[in-house]
Amino acid sequence: MLSKQKLRIAAFSTAVIAFAATTGGAFAQKKYDTGATDTEIKIGNIMPYSGPASAYGVIGKTEEAYFKKINAEGGINGRKINFVTYDDGYSPPKAVEQVRKLVESDEVLLVFNSLGTASNSAIQKYLNTKKVPQLFVATGATKWNDPKDFPWTMGWQPSYQSEARIYAKFLMKEKPNAKIAIMYQNDDFGKDYLKGLKDGLGAKASMITAEESYEASEPTIDNHIVKLKATGAEVFISVTTPKFAAQAIKKLAEIEWKPMHIVSNVSTSVGSVIKPAGFENAQGILSAHYAKDGADSQWDNDPGMKKFFAFLEKYYPEGNKLDGSVVYGYGAAQTMVKVLEMCGDNLTRENVMKQAASLKDFAPDTLLPGVKINTSATDFAPIEQLQMMRFKGEKWDLFGDIISGELSN
Amino acid sequence: MSAIQEVVTEAPAIEAVPKRAMTLGYGTSLVVLAALVLAPLFVKNFIIFQMTQLLFYGLAVLALNILTGGSGQFSLGHSAFYAVGAYTSAILMEHANINYALTLPVAGIICFAFGFLFGQPALRLSGVYLALATFALATAMPQLLKLGVFEHWTGGVQGLVVTKPDAPFGLPVSQDMWLYYFTLAITIGIYIASVNLLRSRTGRAFMAIRDNEIAASAMGINVALYKTLAFGVSAGITGVAGGLGAIAVQFVAPDSFTITLAISLFLGMVVGGVGWLPGSIVGSAFIIFVPNIAEGISKGLSGAVFGVLLFLVIFLVPHGARQVAMVTQHLIGKLKKN
Amino acid sequence: MELFTNQILAGIATGAIYACMALAVVMIYQAIDHLNFAQGEMAMFSTFFSWQLMQWGIPYWWAFLITLAFSFVGGIAIERLLFRPLAKAPILTNVAGFIALFAIINSVAGLIWDFTIKQYPTPFGSSPFLGSQLISTHQAGMIGVTVLLLILLYFFFQFTRIGLAMRAAASLPESARLVGINTSWMIALGWGMAAAIGSIAGILIAPVVFLEPNMMGGVLIYGFAAAVLGGLTSPFGAVIGGFLVGIFENLAGTYIPGVGNELKLPIALALIITVLVVKPAGLFGRPIVKRV
Repeated sequence: MLSKQKLRIAAFSTAVIAFAATTGGAFAQKKYDTGATDTEIKIGNIMPYSGPASAYGVIGKTEEAYFKKINAEGGINGRKINFVTYDDGYSPPKAVEQVRKLVESDEVLLVFNSLGTASNSAIQKYLNTKKVPQLFVATGATKWNDPKDFPWTMGWQPSYQSEARIYAKFLMKEKPNAKIAIMYQNDDFGKDYLKGLKDGLGAKASMITAEESYEASEPTIDNHIVKLKATGAEVFISVTTPKFAAQAIKKLAEIEWKPMHIVSNVSTSVGSVIKPAGFENAQGILSAHYAKDGADSQWDNDPGMKKFFAFLEKYYPEGNKLDGSVVYGYGAAQTMVKVLEMCGDNLTRENVMKQAASLKDFAPDTLLPGVKINTSATDFAPIEQLQMMRFKGEKWDLFGDIISGELSN
Repeated sequence: MSAIQEVVTEAPAIEAVPKRAMTLGYGTSLVVLAALVLAPLFVKNFIIFQMTQLLFYGLAVLALNILTGGSGQFSLGHSAFYAVGAYTSAILMEHANINYALTLPVAGIICFAFGFLFGQPALRLSGVYLALATFALATAMPQLLKLGVFEHWTGGVQGLVVTKPDAPFGLPVSQDMWLYYFTLAITIGIYIASVNLLRSRTGRAFMAIRDNEIAASAMGINVALYKTLAFGVSAGITGVAGGLGAIAVQFVAPDSFTITLAISLFLGMVVGGVGWLPGSIVGSAFIIFVPNIAEGISKGLSGAVFGVLLFLVIFLVPHGARQVAMVTQHLIGKLKKN
Repeated sequence: MELFTNQILAGIATGAIYACMALAVVMIYQAIDHLNFAQGEMAMFSTFFSWQLMQWGIPYWWAFLITLAFSFVGGIAIERLLFRPLAKAPILTNVAGFIALFAIINSVAGLIWDFTIKQYPTPFGSSPFLGSQLISTHQAGMIGVTVLLLILLYFFFQFTRIGLAMRAAASLPESARLVGINTSWMIALGWGMAAAIGSIAGILIAPVVFLEPNMMGGVLIYGFAAAVLGGLTSPFGAVIGGFLVGIFENLAGTYIPGVGNELKLPIALALIITVLVVKPAGLFGRPIVKRV
């Protein structure tokens, strides 16, 4: 009969060996940082659900619904997504408070698709210092593609400057000596565009004969349009958010000014801009896009969009398929899921960034055919391609090739 | 419409806070002080950050209290002074490499001058008109900050990123904790100075002007001087608060200082109790934490929930936290007797 | 010269928007001696209400009348339920109440109707007015309705008993009570009328700026500015103030070099403050004399 003590030692040793045997192998396979476990991946997000930019809060809601769908279908590699989203009211100090809450209190693995250049600028240094991924930020500002200085920050949509350059290239080809009038919103969005246009035109920047800025707080921009008509410009570029784009289109028709009208792609949604402004007023407008429009009947039988519509019906019935923001949220969320899938069982923050920087020809359901997401260690701009389109009848007609707006610097 | 003059006998718009009740009693003050000093030792860095926010927003509300509760002048524009203070600190720290602590007096003095200057045209306005003028100032400020001519200094629409200071002398405390105690020290200093100000001759002059300007003037008080002085002092303190805010948040941009901030400070003053300086911190807590609570209750209706909570507060305690304190004091007095 | 006249015309067109709102602001001021920050949101909500009625198939003019009634009753209800309990509270607390009301209405509207812009019909059509390409028939109609409202209000205040009672209750409450005027209900009536006028303003403005929950934010500031410029006691002044603000803003934006365009609103507000310093009661307001 073994003594009690020897029994205990034997039991203990067996336990230790068993433990080592089972986990020894696992240690080599699964790696986690705060926010990821065997069963859960915690994703943080900051959106303006209130305040002046509350129209974009829909993006957060769409993403929430999309992650719900993924969870219902089994999650990512068996792990459920826990999507924690907070409101910053489009105020940078509030964004700082919320991001600290996400990282220090909620302990998320990464911050995904936070919206607004100002808010993202406010939290960029913090997230990079804390080495938390700031992935797929929801703003087109050009500064997010800077892996050398900010290795933890990555954009998603084509930058405003690259889009502007595409228009510049187009204009130099189609209307090489025209007078150009630009109306832009007096914030980072508008100013970034303006820079892109001027850089894109290069030596021919003198084609720009009028630059008119407006504040987002103005009730209507009608008088700016009146002023610009008086300049006799043949090309009119409106760098505006949806509401003002609609006002511009309507006013242009009212005062019977028919320049070549280019609108920035944040305001091309048929449902939220063109229809309210009036289809008959929007004929011939030009823009460029990278994603499909939910209101466009040409995509009714597109397999990707059919998945999108099915998703809306089942998981987000209040979502308005005509709203470009909803399409946007779906695409971004899908990209996030892809990256997490690529991480496998190595859910460290470093690996998340590594996988995000290794996307090759990834095409979410909602991007235009031919537009693909590509990233690398030196290229933190996932989407860089756009296709130009012209409004005809009740929808956008894509034309030309897929153009890359890559900035050469 | 005829040109007949309207003759009105108005009650003063802002009621007086009795001198005795102007601050917390010694006992309560010590308890609150102890809580403020000791709490950071037990909580996470994020909570310390929120407490720092509590302090510098509280300072801004305190400044507003001096102006409105003390001298009776409305202001819906304190976000402008806050912005100037914040940008002053940020620009001095980032462009001129000046130590963060030294930027605060500079911010304070610049804002004092700014407020004093603004007080001049404000002399002829009162009530609704002054509210509108200050409102105008607050709406103008973000646009002024975006102006191309200043862009080299202010960073334009992109704003400026501010470096967070480390604890001095290599003390083994986190940046957040050091910043908290730094802010606490400044807040306590300004609080004591403000209380003394309101108890001094200047303070009495303020209150005389608040209660009945014409009578005060008839009694020989230099109304113009004291009114502009009140604006200056209030703006100066708000400027210091803005500077502290810029350092804590590490970022300044025109979008950070919109009219929403001015309205929040105003609400903080009302909830804390107009003219009651200790209430400033209660008001500050309201404007920081209640929106978070509202968001927790309902994301889609966070604004509505906030509005409802605000209504509840003003229905139950129309005079703000001061009323709560008075009631508590009364109850304690009653208990003592029994 | 052509640019000058164009900007003036365009300024009148925009000014019509401000004038509408300013009328509602003056109305509420007549009743409660204060500016209601939630006025714009109430107008927006009423406009959404009318839009919803039209979505359900009700024709424009019926929707208009029903909305008018709804706004009137709504305004009275808000006053009775939310602000009468605050009647004895300090004024600043009341202002906090206005802000709370603003937050609630804005949030609820956003939840019910979401934030995408909606087209809003106009009974006046959108073709150029009298051949002028600067003012559309709708904007001309807007000016016409505003002037009509102004005339109606003038008659109401000058020549009806209730109008007189309201004016009495607002300026000298104690004396008014002594002659038997129910001052409390006068305030409620004022709220109701202000809400109704606000809804008309919203219905006129929405076709131009497009309907969405944040549409009145900018307009309200201009409405306040216009009302203060014209004199808070004078509906006529409010309307003139609205046009003046619109014109001045446009001219400032066009002719002040460099910063004129970026600082349109601050310049307009600075102008108003300057006017106030010279004429504290506004251009057409009645000077108020305080008894010590």
